[in-house]
Amino acid sequence: MVNSVLVIGGGIAGIQASLDLANRGTKVHLVEKTPSIGGRMAQLDKTFPTLDCSICILAPKMIECFRHPNVDLLTYSEVADVKGEAGDFTVKLLKKPRYVDSAKCTGCGTCMEKCPVKVPNEFDMGLGNRKAIYMPFKQAVPLVATIDTEHCLYFTKGICRVCEKVCPSKAVNFEQKPEETTMNVSSIILATGFDVFNPSTMSEYGYGRFKNVIQSMEFERIISASGPTDGHLVRPSDGKEPKSIVFVQCVGSRSQHGEYPFCSSVCCVYATKESILTKEHAPETDVHIMYIDMRAVGKGFQEFVDRAKNQHGINFIKAHPGGISEDPTTRSLQIHYEDMLTGEMKKLEADMVVLCPALIPKEDNKKIADATGLELDHYGFFKSRNNLTAPVDTNVAGIYICGYCQGPKDIPESVAQASGAAARAAETIMCSTKGAKP
Amino acid sequence: MNEKQKPRVGVFVCHCGVNIGAVVNVPEVVEYAKTLPNVAYAEGNLYTCSSEGLSKIEEAIKKHRLTRAVVAACTPRTHEPLFRGACEEAGLNKYLFHMANIREHCSWVHPKEAQKATEKAKEIVKMAVAKASLLEPQEELEIDVHPTALVIGGGISGMAAAVSLANQTFKVHLVEKEDALGGKLRELYRLYPNDCYTSDVLNEFVQAVRSNPNITVHTSSTVRQTEGFIGNFKVTIDRKGKEESLDIGTIIVATGADVLKPNGMYCYGQNKNVVTQLELEQLLKEKKLRKPKNIVMIQCVGARENKEGGRNYCSRICCAVAVKNALYIKELLPESEVSILYRDMQTYGREFEEQYEKARQNYVQFIRYDGEKPPEVSSCPDGKLAIKVHDILLNATLELDADLVVLSTPLVQREEAEELSKILKVPLGAEGFFFEAHVKLRPVDFATDGIFVCGTAHSPKTIAESIAQAYAAASRAGIPMALKRVRTEAITAFVDEDMCTGCGTCVKLCPYNAIRKDEGGIARVNDILCKGCGVCAASCPEKAIDMKHFSDKQVLAEATAALGDS
Repeated sequence: MVNSVLVIGGGIAGIQASLDLANRGTKVHLVEKTPSIGGRMAQLDKTFPTLDCSICILAPKMIECFRHPNVDLLTYSEVADVKGEAGDFTVKLLKKPRYVDSAKCTGCGTCMEKCPVKVPNEFDMGLGNRKAIYMPFKQAVPLVATIDTEHCLYFTKGICRVCEKVCPSKAVNFEQKPEETTMNVSSIILATGFDVFNPSTMSEYGYGRFKNVIQSMEFERIISASGPTDGHLVRPSDGKEPKSIVFVQCVGSRSQHGEYPFCSSVCCVYATKESILTKEHAPETDVHIMYIDMRAVGKGFQEFVDRAKNQHGINFIKAHPGGISEDPTTRSLQIHYEDMLTGEMKKLEADMVVLCPALIPKEDNKKIADATGLELDHYGFFKSRNNLTAPVDTNVAGIYICGYCQGPKDIPESVAQASGAAARAAETIMCSTKGAKP
Repeated sequence: MNEKQKPRVGVFVCHCGVNIGAVVNVPEVVEYAKTLPNVAYAEGNLYTCSSEGLSKIEEAIKKHRLTRAVVAACTPRTHEPLFRGACEEAGLNKYLFHMANIREHCSWVHPKEAQKATEKAKEIVKMAVAKASLLEPQEELEIDVHPTALVIGGGISGMAAAVSLANQTFKVHLVEKEDALGGKLRELYRLYPNDCYTSDVLNEFVQAVRSNPNITVHTSSTVRQTEGFIGNFKVTIDRKGKEESLDIGTIIVATGADVLKPNGMYCYGQNKNVVTQLELEQLLKEKKLRKPKNIVMIQCVGARENKEGGRNYCSRICCAVAVKNALYIKELLPESEVSILYRDMQTYGREFEEQYEKARQNYVQFIRYDGEKPPEVSSCPDGKLAIKVHDILLNATLELDADLVVLSTPLVQREEAEELSKILKVPLGAEGFFFEAHVKLRPVDFATDGIFVCGTAHSPKTIAESIAQAYAAASRAGIPMALKRVRTEAITAFVDEDMCTGCGTCVKLCPYNAIRKDEGGIARVNDILCKGCGVCAASCPEKAIDMKHFSDKQVLAEATAALGDS
């Protein structure tokens, strides 16, 4: 009798699904591709509309996963193959070598201090540096170092090995090999999350060319106390506090000509949140949000937008800018837009522009779909068995989906869907053991 | 453990790598801790939370016969369970552990003042040791959970939740106040986003409920009374005057929502050709819309307004509903003109945005108005309707004729919800919807254990979102029933019977209804219901109530340690 569940993806959705199942006594294998669980939510500074510190409410759940006797945490691992059917899937997993013995590493960080190679830190969206041996962020779970072989001097040039010498626990092991494991599970829950559209392909906005045009995930890291600027809101070109910021909505999304005609569902309200945070950091800053439709559809969201307008003086402009230009001496920006209300072409000066890009399906979804036989929709999101009546079910019985990988949604919806997928997985177990029908 | 013995406190000071160690002089704090009263042992650790650090705590407890443990490190919110676990491993009751936060409260906020931060860390440790010396062991109660759920509301959410719980092999009582299952769905016609008929969806779910032997359906029934607590609720339901008592483990609220009746707005109630979207669905269902017509839909009627008595919130689904019905009318009667007067098109996500685009391609006219300057509708003598609206995108005032005006009004909480919230002792939020334990991470839990919420009783949402939430509630409600037992909070209030005068202040103030007066007029705390919030202890005029683990004596000892004896 198989009564365990495989959860793919260690963001908030995967964590919630895992904990719901583990807490009812079901064995869960939680697979995460990167060195730590936490996902996108770990990167956010605060969450709307309550302005809770994101990592502060997430970290206890990450640690609960780590400590839970029913959760088998498989970080830095990927699914290689899936066979079988509801009630009895055989899954092949590939565990990538960290070149650090997880059982010995205490996360003391000595290796990171001594490692001579600096690499742009993905967790900080490349704004700060990490070392070639690294832990992605302070609250990483597990708190274990990983060697990045693309940059490590030993792996690239055969020299150095400083980390091995300084490690007080003798945890560094350059001989580690990839490990393949096979397991049997009753059902599978997918929670692979989203990618962020790279706005550099929209040359009119100058992202990648103009230093002070950034995208919203970079803004989250800049304003976060644990980020590359220690939470000081400064612009990248000169480290000075911007006196004016413009947020631009629907960058790459809601585009009838581009790849992503859908609405990402969260940008209007997170931009509102980022605007309020800006005002809290520096009340004198001029903050503008350029939007097509202000979509504040969740519980308490419209009230949150009203607060931004009335209490914080955020300026909401109905416009979708045509282009952005830069003054090469001051590195400040001009936003060119048509005022939808008057039809006039206007210009707005700003010290910094934050683009809110489309949040898009993960590249990997195709690979997972191939391995599992799941259907993707025409954008690359996992397809529900019935998008009206069976939102967390898929075309394969026993495989469930939740979170952004099923379609655009915010954190509470992802959490609800994750618990929902956990319920369906629990039903599958009960059905296969007691002969009932789901 | 002999209580009369002097406590032997062990102190473990964490470097947290560089997080604390780079600012606070940890060895100095360790040496200081050794000088404090009752401290029998102190050491520093690089990472107290590492497996090595935890085994050091366990070793020290055994080797130095420690009777209390203090870890000076980060926040108890994330790490207390870990250290408590280590204490339990070493045979120490986990309530004899105390945590001092010298990271968030010290090194992180004073990174540039190393010396002062070290002094502050010492004081924080001193306070923790003072409290730890007075700690007492506490026991958590274990109670049985009755493996039967109650689902209140037989709409799509309630039915989905009931079927999931039943498939998890639990017994379910599904209570519906009407004489048939289906809820608001019974009043709808065609459904988004896959264009099927409501009847098909309803039949599928009703069939699943009716054919499941684990589900007992109670139609024409309402919940009258609940008593008890998680695992052991006693619920009285009323069916046409006949009462029945049920033993229930967990409860799901799925009572749905109503649609606002826009009485007095835009000639509604005065001209029969002004209807709500819900009434339009009825017209479509009964095939009463036969000739091509001029139809004008107005969005945000009674929603997103800051007016007194108005609804501030966005009802989430109305824009998509208007687009759905506009497209259907265009399909049914292609000669019809349909205009949608809107403020922001809330067609979020994937399918809604696609449908919105499709509607534009099918010549549905979208006219954007400013919330400050809403459209005006006047009823002409011939029964026709005239609408005046300022289109902010064209910057022009338009005059439209209409055979039918359709008002998109928000979903609102049902009138009966207030009574139910009192019966279940769960809160309603500012907008009248049931209020969950945590907006972000506990969307379907109530703060009260064992009671959950889903669907539009929680906030406006689509059918698919309601079903996902219903499954979520079924997962959450299934957990304690699957475990068969739950542990209760050990940190509760207790009453000194000799001092209690029976004034009843605590009974009135307790937010969890955990205190009652016994026959002798003395306040009694129900340890299972009590959450240890301390409201009663703070308000008792006789100081007859004290909190376990946060007694006046313990808190005062901490304060005295901080401020000195003066």
